[in-house]
Amino acid sequence: MNRRTVLAMAVGAALLIPGCTGTGGSSQGADAKAAGDPSKVSGTIKVLTVRTDLVQDGTLKKYAAEFNKTYPKVKVEFEGITDYESEVKIRMNTENYGDVLLIPAVIKKSDYPRFFASLGTQQEREKKYRFTDFTAVGGKVYGQSPVAVSPGFVYNKRIWKEAGVTQWPTTPAEFVADLKAIKAKTDAIPYYTNFSAGWTLSSWTSVDGAVTCDSKATDKLAEGDPWAKGADLRVGDQLLYDIVHEGLIEKDPTTSNWEESKPRTAKGEIATQWLGTWAIVQFQDAAKKAGVNPDDIGFMPFPAQTGGKFCATIGPDYNQAVNVHSKYKEAARAWIDWFTDKSTYVEDNLALPPLKDAPLPSVLKPYEDQGVKFIELDDTQGAKVKQIDNESEVGIFAPEYRQKLVDLARGARKGSLDDFLADLSRRWTDSRKNLGS
Amino acid sequence: MTDTTQKAAVEVIPAAPVPAPPSRRTRVWRGVTPWLFLIAPLALLVTFTYAPLLNMVAYSFTDWDGVSPVLHYTGAENYQEVFTRPDLFEVFWVSGYYLAASVVQIVLALYFATVLSFNVRFRNFFKGVLFFPYLINGVAIGFVFLYFFQDGGTLDSVLSLIGVKTDHAWLGTPGSANTSLAAVSVWRYLGLNFVLFLGAIQSVPGELYEAAELDGANRWHQFRHIIAPGIKPVLTLTVILSISGSLSVFEIPYIMTGGATGTETFVIQTVNLAFRFNKTGLASAAAIVLLLIILLVTWVQRRLVPDDKVDLV
Repeated sequence: MNRRTVLAMAVGAALLIPGCTGTGGSSQGADAKAAGDPSKVSGTIKVLTVRTDLVQDGTLKKYAAEFNKTYPKVKVEFEGITDYESEVKIRMNTENYGDVLLIPAVIKKSDYPRFFASLGTQQEREKKYRFTDFTAVGGKVYGQSPVAVSPGFVYNKRIWKEAGVTQWPTTPAEFVADLKAIKAKTDAIPYYTNFSAGWTLSSWTSVDGAVTCDSKATDKLAEGDPWAKGADLRVGDQLLYDIVHEGLIEKDPTTSNWEESKPRTAKGEIATQWLGTWAIVQFQDAAKKAGVNPDDIGFMPFPAQTGGKFCATIGPDYNQAVNVHSKYKEAARAWIDWFTDKSTYVEDNLALPPLKDAPLPSVLKPYEDQGVKFIELDDTQGAKVKQIDNESEVGIFAPEYRQKLVDLARGARKGSLDDFLADLSRRWTDSRKNLGS
Repeated sequence: MTDTTQKAAVEVIPAAPVPAPPSRRTRVWRGVTPWLFLIAPLALLVTFTYAPLLNMVAYSFTDWDGVSPVLHYTGAENYQEVFTRPDLFEVFWVSGYYLAASVVQIVLALYFATVLSFNVRFRNFFKGVLFFPYLINGVAIGFVFLYFFQDGGTLDSVLSLIGVKTDHAWLGTPGSANTSLAAVSVWRYLGLNFVLFLGAIQSVPGELYEAAELDGANRWHQFRHIIAPGIKPVLTLTVILSISGSLSVFEIPYIMTGGATGTETFVIQTVNLAFRFNKTGLASAAAIVLLLIILLVTWVQRRLVPDDKVDLV
C-alpha cells in the first residue's frame, strides 16, 4: 500500500460516514393541550413568522406584551424569515424549527402528526373556528390560521371612477372592457401583473371556487380537469390572457417591482391588481406614506356572478402550529389560542376573522352592500391536489406556468392559448390517473 | 572581533558540506507537516463538497420529497425518467447563449491582458477596474442589473444620453433576455479570465519581447508567436472552465428572471424540481447527470487538446 492508496481510502471512508439521513419521529402524535391556569404556564417560546415587517417595527413585541398580561410566565421571542418556505423546510429536517411556526405549504398533510403537536379534535374545534379541515389529519387538527383571506382585485377607486366605471364588472368580458376604458381615459396602467415577483401570478389559482360559486371547487381540481371549458381555473387563466393580450398591463412585466407597485397603485399610476384582502392594509399604508388618500384603495370580487350574485371564497392564511419537539407545548399552544382569539391582529390587518361568530372588517362594507356571498372552500381533497400538482409539474401554486401564459399572451412565446391549456390538462389528468383516482 | 568570526566560521564548516541524515522523528514530522497544514482545507472540502455530493448520489436513488422523514429506495427509476424526458434537456439551448458569450469573454480578456501586460499609462488602475466585478457577490450583481435593464432604467438612460432612443424591453423576449443575461455574466467573469491571462503572460520572460522587437516583430507578431503559445495551458483551462460554466449557469438568471421568459437553465430546472415540486430524488439524479455531462465534456476537451509542455526558447 503506497501513500496514495492510504489517502484514497481515508477520503473514501470519510465520504461514507455522512451517507445517512432521516430523523426518527419519536414524539409523533403528541398533543399541545390548552392551558388550564394561565398563571402557571411557563417557558420561553420562539415564534417563526413571515411578517418580518412586524418583527422589525416592534408590533409583534406589543402583542407579546399584551399576551404576557394573561400569561406572565411565558417569554415569547420572534424570528422573522424572509424566504420562509425554503428556509423552514430545510430546518424541519432537524428538531429545531421554533416552538410555534407557520405550516409550510410543502409539508404533506399526512406528515403533520410527525412535525406538529395536535391542537385538539376537529369535532370540538369546528364549533368555534373556521377551516379546521385544512389541517385535520385523522380527526385531529394540527394548525390554526390567525386570519382568513379572500382573494380579489385591489383597485384604485379614483381611477376606475375617472374611467367612468361605477359598477363592478360582472363578467370577464366586462372587466376587460373596463380596463380598456381605463387605458383610454386615464394615464394609469390598467392592470399590473407583478410578473417578476412570481407569487402574484400564482395567486390567480385562488380564482378557484369564486367563478362557479362552488365550495367543492378543490374536489373538482382533484377529480376533474381544471382547464375544461367553463372550469374556474380556465376562466381565470383566460381572463389573465385577455388582459395581457389586449396590452392592458405594464410595458415591461419582466422588470416589474412588487414593493414599488404598492405606492404606485395608491397614487393611481396603477389601476388594478389581483391579490387578496390581506393586501388592503399594506396598500393603505403605502397611500399614507405617499401622502394620498388611503380610502382610494378598493377591493372587488372576481367578475363572475352565480344567480345574480358575486361569490368570494375565504380560506385560511398560513396556519400556526406547535412544533412536536417543543419543550413548552403548553406555552406554545397558549400563544396560538391567544393570538387567534384575543389579539387585535385581525382588526389591525383589516382581515377576515377565523372565528365563526366574529364580524367582517369595515373595508368589506361594499361586499355586504352588494350581497357578495362568502363561501368556505372544502379542503378534504387539498392534499390530493398538491400531490397531483407536484407529480405533473404543472405548478398551479408556482409562478412558472402563469409566467409562460403571460409570455404567450404578449407574444414572447410561440403557441396558442388552447394548445397551452390543453397541454396542462393532459399533464394534470395523466398524473391524476397515475396516482390512481 | 576577528577572533569570534573565525571561531564561528570554524564551527559551522563541518556541518555545511555533508548534512547529517535527519533522525527518524524529523522524517516523520517532515512527512506529517504538510498534512497538518492541509487538515483545515481538506476537512472543509470533504464536509462541504464530497459529503453532500455523496448524499446527493444516495438521494438520487430514492423518491425523497426533501422534507418528509420517509423515503423509499426506487433503484434507477429517477435516472430512467431523466433520460426518457427530452423536455428536461431542451433547456440546454439556453447554454448556447452563454457559450457564445464566453467566446466574447475570452477574446476580450485576452485582448485586455495583452494590452495591459505592456507598459500602458494607468495600467494598474485598469487592471483593478477589470477585475472588480468578479469581487462582487452574484446576488448583488443580479439586483443591480435588474435596475440596469428596467424600463427607463440605467441602460435606457445611458443610451438616451448618446441620442439613442430605445423602447426595448431588455428582458422581454427570450432572445433579448438571454443575451442580456449572458452579457451580465461576461461583465462578471471577464475579470477572472483577465487575471489568469495576465499572470500567464507576465510569466513569459521579458527578454523574448526585446529579442523579438530587435528582429522587427510588431505587437501582433509578438502576440501570435510569443504570448499565444506561452499561455496555451491557461487558455485551454479557461476554455474548459467556460464550457462547463455555460452548461451550469445559475445565479444570474435565477435572481434576475427566475427562469421566466425562456431563460431557464438546467440548474434552475433542477432547483425547481427539488424545491417547487418536491422531487428531490429526481432533481438529485438530474444534478448527477449534469455532473457527468460536464466531466465528459472536459474529458473530450482534454483529449482534443492535450496538456503539453510549453517551450518558448
